[in-house]
Amino acid sequence: MPKDLPAAPDSSKSKYWRKPLDADRVKVPHGELHILTDRCKGCMFCVEYCPRDVLEMSEEFNVKGYHYPVAENDPACVNCRLCEMLCPEFAIFCLEVKEEDAADDS
Amino acid sequence: MKEPATLAPESGTSHPMDELLRMDRIPHIWCPTCGLGTVVTAFAAALEKLELPLDDVAVVSGIGCTGRVAGYIKVDSFHTTHGRALPFATGLHLTNPKLKVVVISGDGDLVSIGGNHFIHSARRNVDITVVCVNNFIYAMTGGQVAPTTPLTANASTMPYGNYERPFNIPYLAESSGAVYVARWSALHVRRLTTAIAEALAKPGFSVVEVISPCSTLYSRRNRLGTGLDLMKFYHDNCVIKHDADTRDLDIGFQKEIVVGKFVDIERPTYVDSMNEWYGSVFGDDYEPYEGSVK
Amino acid sequence: MTADPKGVLTGEHYLDGDHAAAEGALAAGCRFFAGYPITPSTEVAERIAARFPKVGGIFVQMEDELASMAAILGGSWAGAKSMTVTSGPGFSLMMENLGLGLMMEVPTVIVNVQRGGPSTGLPTLPGQADIMQARWGSHGDYEIIAVSPSSPQEAFDHTIMAFNFAEKYRVPTLVMMDECVGHMTEKIVVPQPEDIEIVPRKWYEGKVGDYLPYEVDEKDMIPWMVKAGDGHRFHTTGLTHDERGYPVMNADCQEKCVGRLVDKIRKRVEDIVVLEEDEMDGAEVVVVSYGISSRVAIPAIERARRDGMKVGSLRLVTVWPFPDFRIRELAPKVKSFVIPEINYGQLYYEIERCAGGQAKTILVPHGGGWVHDDQDIYDAIKEGAK
Repeated sequence: MPKDLPAAPDSSKSKYWRKPLDADRVKVPHGELHILTDRCKGCMFCVEYCPRDVLEMSEEFNVKGYHYPVAENDPACVNCRLCEMLCPEFAIFCLEVKEEDAADDS
Repeated sequence: MKEPATLAPESGTSHPMDELLRMDRIPHIWCPTCGLGTVVTAFAAALEKLELPLDDVAVVSGIGCTGRVAGYIKVDSFHTTHGRALPFATGLHLTNPKLKVVVISGDGDLVSIGGNHFIHSARRNVDITVVCVNNFIYAMTGGQVAPTTPLTANASTMPYGNYERPFNIPYLAESSGAVYVARWSALHVRRLTTAIAEALAKPGFSVVEVISPCSTLYSRRNRLGTGLDLMKFYHDNCVIKHDADTRDLDIGFQKEIVVGKFVDIERPTYVDSMNEWYGSVFGDDYEPYEGSVK
Repeated sequence: MTADPKGVLTGEHYLDGDHAAAEGALAAGCRFFAGYPITPSTEVAERIAARFPKVGGIFVQMEDELASMAAILGGSWAGAKSMTVTSGPGFSLMMENLGLGLMMEVPTVIVNVQRGGPSTGLPTLPGQADIMQARWGSHGDYEIIAVSPSSPQEAFDHTIMAFNFAEKYRVPTLVMMDECVGHMTEKIVVPQPEDIEIVPRKWYEGKVGDYLPYEVDEKDMIPWMVKAGDGHRFHTTGLTHDERGYPVMNADCQEKCVGRLVDKIRKRVEDIVVLEEDEMDGAEVVVVSYGISSRVAIPAIERARRDGMKVGSLRLVTVWPFPDFRIRELAPKVKSFVIPEINYGQLYYEIERCAGGQAKTILVPHGGGWVHDDQDIYDAIKEGAK
């Protein structure tokens, strides 16, 4: 497996899964987070429900005066897009990082 | 005066959903931690999943917080009077059955003032999809009791706690004749998307009830925390029971909420019944109705 | 544009006013009807229910009048000419959504076959006591157009006229009939389709993407209309709105939005009003009447003329907008106006207002349940001639 891609999910970090039986064979997707910080109203749905604990609220305020999420643990994002679906403000979305793009970046 | 914190760098200024939104009206008016934005996202995802041509979709809403949904979605949309979204939608649909008419409205709008229209639209089985956002309260007007407010909950017109038995929307929908009935919470966003997609694809009267957090009124009056706390409550207390008997789906105050898909049956729609009947009555003379406008 | 032959029952028929109104709607191109049964208007719905399947229209009996009014607005937005019928109690129920139709500027027709009121009143007997409600029934400021037939033939003709007004001014238009005309059977003549003038909807003809639902055509103060499904992705609301159809909550927007709803009719009253006048030159007494009362007034007027009085007759075919200008013109020239109406005084106040004290105004009231005794009208004319 190319070393640029994230390692297989470590079940000790994952709150919701058992370790999948084919974990060493399946390619885990990776997502690139985009956060429109000024749209955020600080609801924290994304932070709470990210299954990979990627997000955390920033110390900074946005233009509306709310704390907004930042991707603290970006490499762990698997592009599940739950944050994108849950966000009531259309303020966060993920784009899948294709293997070729990852390879290009290296 | 304290200096404002430095603005974080924006990761771009547009979101994939912006295409379906009236961006000249965003940000929307809903409170922080309100579930309505989530419902709109689920609806958009359902439309995308079905690959429905957006020009054929019409959204009709009533009055209330959920009623504002029509104003934000970029399809032909109608913000009508309180409780009358369904008959308005019936007029749209029957005149042009090719339109995919969706009514997105709140619990008070749909089963209180709109109750009569709800049961009759279900009875007629008009091909309309209803997304009923249930926050257990009349939020827009300041937090009055709704016919879905659980017993003992506090509301501004039940300031000592609610003693009026609430409706159980899936039961009401099923007993009136709806062919697809599901309930999810705003947290179950992916299942909600699937349910909305199924409801849209289903011919006939389909109802998807969404239990949604209202932080400013329901939660605050009942000291339940923020919308996030309500989402956590849904996480810990929603139980999925597909095909449960709708009679057993009452919601108590801070008690278990049964979610799932409860009804998925086949019945001819209003227009199909009409065409079939007139076909049998008039024989070859009858031209099946496909819309009254060319 | 002329009528679609499919709905036109050309020929001579012996029909009552209700049936004639239904035929008028069909001839005008109405293809969506939503209604609720209420005496004495039910026959209109029944005839349309029977005729529509063959004509390609769709009839639906809704659960109540509120639903009926809402449904015809939806039907109109999907592109159809739509109509409902009712009587007093149902008319009251329709008021809120009538307001929605006025605010969204939806062309549609509401027929009110008036009966004795208030409340349940006299379901099977005539009245003209909804005439003020026709103008002021819904809350807020607006102007509305109402016609008043006095015979089954006029029930046919005026229903077509109502559809034409509705399209031309993008306003819900009322046909204020009464039980007497509704249930009176007379000969009606339905012309050939090519002899029936129909005003088409003011369809938008520009590019998709440029459409603004309430951008106003300066020529006639009326915005262009589209229908759902044509790709314009428009929004419309009952809230005070701007040209984009989006709600804007401030006084400036209210003035522009609602001010125009009022002006689009108020500034063109003289173009809209349809009056029938007779022997007005040198008249000392003018009988101002509408609907069935205008027919009942005829023998009284003729008798008064034979008895040497100079009596003119001003019949309001369009009751709303009220022809202020005509009454103001006449008031200095005549001694009095006599107003027979089957109510305790409704349109009477409009005439009194416009007369401005320059002429007497004599009401001939009637509680409802029957038409006037023409003797009472004669007596009022005699009083007015003094």
